[in-house]
Amino acid sequence: MKAFLILEDGHIFTGKSIGSSREVVSEIVFNTSMTGYLEVLTDPSYAGQAVAMTYPLIGNYGICHNDMESQKPWLDGYIVRELSRIPSNFRSEDTIQNFLLKHDIPGIAGIDTRALTKLLRESGTMNGMITTDENASYEKVLPKLKAYSTGKVVERVTCQEPFTLEGDGCRVALLDLGAKKNIAHSLHQRGCRVTVYPASTSAREICEARPDGIMLSNGPGDPKECTSIIEEIQKLYQTDIPIFAICLGHQLMALATGADTYKLKYGHRGGNHPVRDLETGKVYISSQNHGYAVDTESLNPAIAMPAFENVNDKTNEGLRYKGKNIFTVQFHPEACPGPQDSSFLFDRFIQMMEVRKHA
Amino acid sequence: MPKNPEIKKVLVIGSGPIVIGQAAEFDYAGTQACRSLKEEGLEVVLLNSNPATIMTDKDIADRVYIEPLTADVVEQLILKEKPDSVLPTLGGQAGLNLAMELEERGFFRKNNVRLIGTTSETIKKAEDRLEFKSTMEKIGEPVAASLVVENVEDGIVFSNQIGYPVVLRPAYTLGGSGGGIAHNQAELEEILANGLRLSRVGQVLVERCIAGWKEIEYEVMRDGAGNCITVCNMENIDPVGVHTGDSIVVAPSQTLGDKEYQMLRTSALNIISELKITGGCNVQYALHPESFEYCVIEVNPRVSRSSALASKATGYPIAKVAAKIAIGYTLDEIPNAITGQTMASFEPMLDYCVVKLPRLPFDKFISAKRTLTTQMKATGEVMSICDNFEGALMKAIRSLEQHVDSLMSYDFTSLSKEEILNRLNVVDDRRIWLIAEAIRKDISYEEIHEITKIDVWFIDKIAILVEMEETLKGRELTVELLKEAKRMGFPDNVIANLTGRSEKEIRAMRYENAILAAYKMVDTCAAEFAASTPYYYSVFGSENEVVKTRDRKKVLVLGSGPIRIGQGIEFDFCSVHCTWAFSKEGYETIIVNNNPETVSTDFDIADKLYFEPLTPEDVESIVRLEKPDGAVVQFGGQTAIKLTEALMKMGVPILGTSAENVDAAEDRELFDQILEDCRIPRPKGHTVFTAEEAKKAANELGYPVLVRPSYVLGGQGMQIAINDRDVEEFIGIINRIAQEHPILVDKYLQGKEIEVDAVCDGEDILIPGIMEHIERAGIHSGDSISVYPARSISPGVKATIEEYTRRLARSLHVIGLINIQFIAVGDEVYVIEVNPRSSRTVPYISKVTGIPIVPLATKVILGNKIRDLGYTPGLQPEADYFAVKMPVFSFEKIRGADIGLGPEMKSTGECLGIAKTFNEALYKAFLGAGICLPRHKNMIMTVRDEDKEEAVEIAKRFEALGYCIYATKGTARVLMEADIQVRLTRKLEQESPNILDLILGHKIDLVIDTPSQGIEHSHDGFVIRRNAIETGVNVLTAIDTARALVTSLENTDEKALTLIDIAQI
Repeated sequence: MKAFLILEDGHIFTGKSIGSSREVVSEIVFNTSMTGYLEVLTDPSYAGQAVAMTYPLIGNYGICHNDMESQKPWLDGYIVRELSRIPSNFRSEDTIQNFLLKHDIPGIAGIDTRALTKLLRESGTMNGMITTDENASYEKVLPKLKAYSTGKVVERVTCQEPFTLEGDGCRVALLDLGAKKNIAHSLHQRGCRVTVYPASTSAREICEARPDGIMLSNGPGDPKECTSIIEEIQKLYQTDIPIFAICLGHQLMALATGADTYKLKYGHRGGNHPVRDLETGKVYISSQNHGYAVDTESLNPAIAMPAFENVNDKTNEGLRYKGKNIFTVQFHPEACPGPQDSSFLFDRFIQMMEVRKHA
Repeated sequence: MPKNPEIKKVLVIGSGPIVIGQAAEFDYAGTQACRSLKEEGLEVVLLNSNPATIMTDKDIADRVYIEPLTADVVEQLILKEKPDSVLPTLGGQAGLNLAMELEERGFFRKNNVRLIGTTSETIKKAEDRLEFKSTMEKIGEPVAASLVVENVEDGIVFSNQIGYPVVLRPAYTLGGSGGGIAHNQAELEEILANGLRLSRVGQVLVERCIAGWKEIEYEVMRDGAGNCITVCNMENIDPVGVHTGDSIVVAPSQTLGDKEYQMLRTSALNIISELKITGGCNVQYALHPESFEYCVIEVNPRVSRSSALASKATGYPIAKVAAKIAIGYTLDEIPNAITGQTMASFEPMLDYCVVKLPRLPFDKFISAKRTLTTQMKATGEVMSICDNFEGALMKAIRSLEQHVDSLMSYDFTSLSKEEILNRLNVVDDRRIWLIAEAIRKDISYEEIHEITKIDVWFIDKIAILVEMEETLKGRELTVELLKEAKRMGFPDNVIANLTGRSEKEIRAMRYENAILAAYKMVDTCAAEFAASTPYYYSVFGSENEVVKTRDRKKVLVLGSGPIRIGQGIEFDFCSVHCTWAFSKEGYETIIVNNNPETVSTDFDIADKLYFEPLTPEDVESIVRLEKPDGAVVQFGGQTAIKLTEALMKMGVPILGTSAENVDAAEDRELFDQILEDCRIPRPKGHTVFTAEEAKKAANELGYPVLVRPSYVLGGQGMQIAINDRDVEEFIGIINRIAQEHPILVDKYLQGKEIEVDAVCDGEDILIPGIMEHIERAGIHSGDSISVYPARSISPGVKATIEEYTRRLARSLHVIGLINIQFIAVGDEVYVIEVNPRSSRTVPYISKVTGIPIVPLATKVILGNKIRDLGYTPGLQPEADYFAVKMPVFSFEKIRGADIGLGPEMKSTGECLGIAKTFNEALYKAFLGAGICLPRHKNMIMTVRDEDKEEAVEIAKRFEALGYCIYATKGTARVLMEADIQVRLTRKLEQESPNILDLILGHKIDLVIDTPSQGIEHSHDGFVIRRNAIETGVNVLTAIDTARALVTSLENTDEKALTLIDIAQI
């Protein structure tokens, strides 16, 4: 079956339908990772977006359910150059074709994903529609495209009930804003007892559990939409509990302490972004997935100082909070997909908790 | 960290002559690094014995020494030039080994010279088997169970312990020389004994066999501050067991999930950090196909063939960045030259698929075993890029120039299922074609995988191509089907054959339906950032993104494709210089080439680079878009020349000598006419098509005769026949290599062989110098020792040569370069070959005369006159020193190849000896070629009857030098009669101890064995020569070479060599 990708700026790509044949309007973004398509598919931060993979050959090693970063794929649509006819890997349990169908994810294959990427690079992230309707015309769908916004997506992707991964090390409260599984896993693996809370959990409830540290996770959407969560984070900031935050969590902490965020032209999504540790000058290759960034100019030096920056475009990649046991990063030390170079940050967090525990 | 201010003058060590396992990739890396250092204002001193390289140009380094790569020479050079630093990581294993030797001598410390790029501790940790193993164990990186042994007995004990098969890897050898897999004790004993001998330190690693595991490589970079990145990873389609240089390689890996990819990436970064490498490094892994278990196979703490491939596959200039790191910069301070926006501290992201195929020399060594093992055999490689794997594979196949254009090109249709299954057990260079046939015969993926261990993902891709063949054969060719076939990389001619139409019809159908090649960029970042110096690859069914340029005149430079015997880096040297010259004249330059090892495919050589096959169809697609004002074909060897006709049909003007005149030199009848008109004699000969005609011609001319196909390079298929039986056999061989052109039978003249390269502007000629061959006619010019200036011919002969060159160049209307080979018999001069194009000797003669022939020829092509360019036409004055070009062979790498020299070229590379006296030049040339005598002062002589007289004189001279001479009966008798103390040795077929035991006993330095002319019907000589080569003994097969060697030994003392800076010439 034919499928079409209609962009807000009038470009139309014709390809083959993959996955569900239902119509979807979404924000179109691209990801440059060469491996880890399943991790991308199941990263809740993509809720409200359709993702184009710049690597042209997708599905080569099939689906291994263990590699899913959440219970299901959250993205709205999937755009690829070519899906592999067969999967080949000793762990593969399913084909990507089935996976998309099973989870009702609409997609399009066989389009020039490089041309699409260049459009997004030049014009910035834009909305689009994936449809199998041969009669869909740009004029007809344009109002829908214009009207689309990702909205309050965090509510959709967060867990419904708190749950705990047992461990005898530090007790971590993980606020699930759309957390990738490997954040909890990275802490749990290091011996932490991790309790995962829904995004709507109040600061009081979290503090009452007397955690050794609080972890704010990644998540989807515009950080400024998360008004009530920001309020709770303000309260968490006031405590002296060590806090480590990733991605959306990092942005929310910045907003909670008076700084500003802005939308990047086309975001950072991939596994090759260099970030510089401003303290040591060392550069790490990081896994990234964000469309918004903290505005360095808006920082109050009395509150927060840049800790990491992106070597390519000098955007903010992390903050250290003055007089607080708080540090936050824009990139993904939990990797999955992508480089594991910055996983030591979890150790740093644990050390921070240990120091305070024994103080 | 900024540049280290203490570094001001750097000695860069190159890799020496091209041999299998160490080829053009080091010229590419070295050239890039030297340019990168000069860009920083540093003074660069270069040492490399290879004159065919671009790095040994005076434009590339400030001081250039084309001298033998020995520790003594490096010492002398350091004392003379006083560099403060030495950069050894760009010259391959040769450069690294030299640096280690000097470090061990304590020379660097004593002279306050620092090793930059990487420390000697690092080199030791990575290269020494024991240290490597303990380092890996320390950081918890698994290696296959292994033991370093220094004798065969220990090897046997350990192998019994871990179980056969075991892999054997000698320490400090390149390209896996002397290594192999032993399946039982007998094989172990043989391979191990040999490996111990070839290892520089007498060590061989015996290890658990992990053959069949996935072979994965990572190219990683690290700077002095400890920042690390991965440039790319690569997956070998051929699992562990085949040397990566002989494997089909794909980048990035295709069958690894993110968990496996990151596991190995993290491991590679841990390793490079622990080894404290500053620069580039290659880590090879074996990954268990059904678990996360892996082993580190090898670490190369330097740039390598794989890093050249990774650079071209990603656009990340590893050597350039490595050089900057060596002088102190950190990755985040070095700009990414392709994007101009990002820094070198990022990881390239590919949005395409890259396939590399090895170029194996079995078309040259017909008798050689085609089996692929851990010993590398490929002389070169091709790379192709596409947005799908099928297209990349198809493009790579036709880039090979081995008469292959699809998966049907080797015909296995007559094999039964069982035969196919049997043959799949042996890995050879035709395996993917055999797999295609297996699929056609309905052998299941699982069965193929079970035998070959090739991942089914790749088998499925081959199946997709086979299915397309079937569809094209069986179904109506619709526009949709044609689109799909083109997307998968099927060339028009293959589609035409399968659909029963003509190529023209297919082409017309494509143009009518706009099914045209589009070009995408290699930009290092998957389009995330705009690129400033990208290069291009073709795809079908996507949007074109080549930027249209129309402001300057455009020239298309056709490259020379993969490195093969007969067409080496000399042609890349010519292509690059031609490109630079056009650029200086204000032209926009466009290069088309597919060889990832070369300088010409570096991102910043031409204004635009198309990484594409060099076939008429692929070139036409580029021409359609670029509409060049002209094309130059005379610098790209036979590869480019073969495209002349097609370019003319496309309406592209050929710049320089016209196509008709190129043809005239190749067409026997036309050429004879020209010679006659010019009153120039040539050896008598005939053009024939059949064996009968050939025999008739041979008898009329009188034996011996030369038999060869027309339109060949490197004397491929050329042989000297001494009787009818030889003629029949040769014609049979020639006809096996698809031959559309006639066969030439010429009278064989034994005389002095002389060669000139000349520039002609249509009226005047310029001959930089006359080169004379040491070996008399009958041995291919590429395999002969060549001497400039010619020293044994009379002024009269020189004048005749000049005059003949002028007449020929004029009557062929040569505009640009011409290469002519002559034979002088007494004062009589005959022309034996004319090539109206650049030749193998162009870089050599340019460097030793200081006359930049390629830029000159380029200017002439653009309409300038020699006289206006500041040169006096004619033969230039001779230099006051001698330059000797010595061929270098890779025979030890090719099991079963006959090493006897003849009209067919066999050498893979060359080195130079340059000195005030002929003898010193000769000595340097031998030294550079690795012929290092004496150790034991024992030698064997066994010569053919024609050479016996001359052998006496040579033997006497060796005897005077203190050599003990062994000889077989016939030779011994002649020598004894001349009062030479000779020891008789038994022939091969006689009982032990015989000549073979002598060779295998390792007490012999040199074997002089001249095979009889014609086909050698006895197998003895072959066995002796092979055994000698594989035992690491020097073997000379021409009496003239032997005389040259003894002359050089008589006259020179290595300690007193004079070093000459070529840049001053």
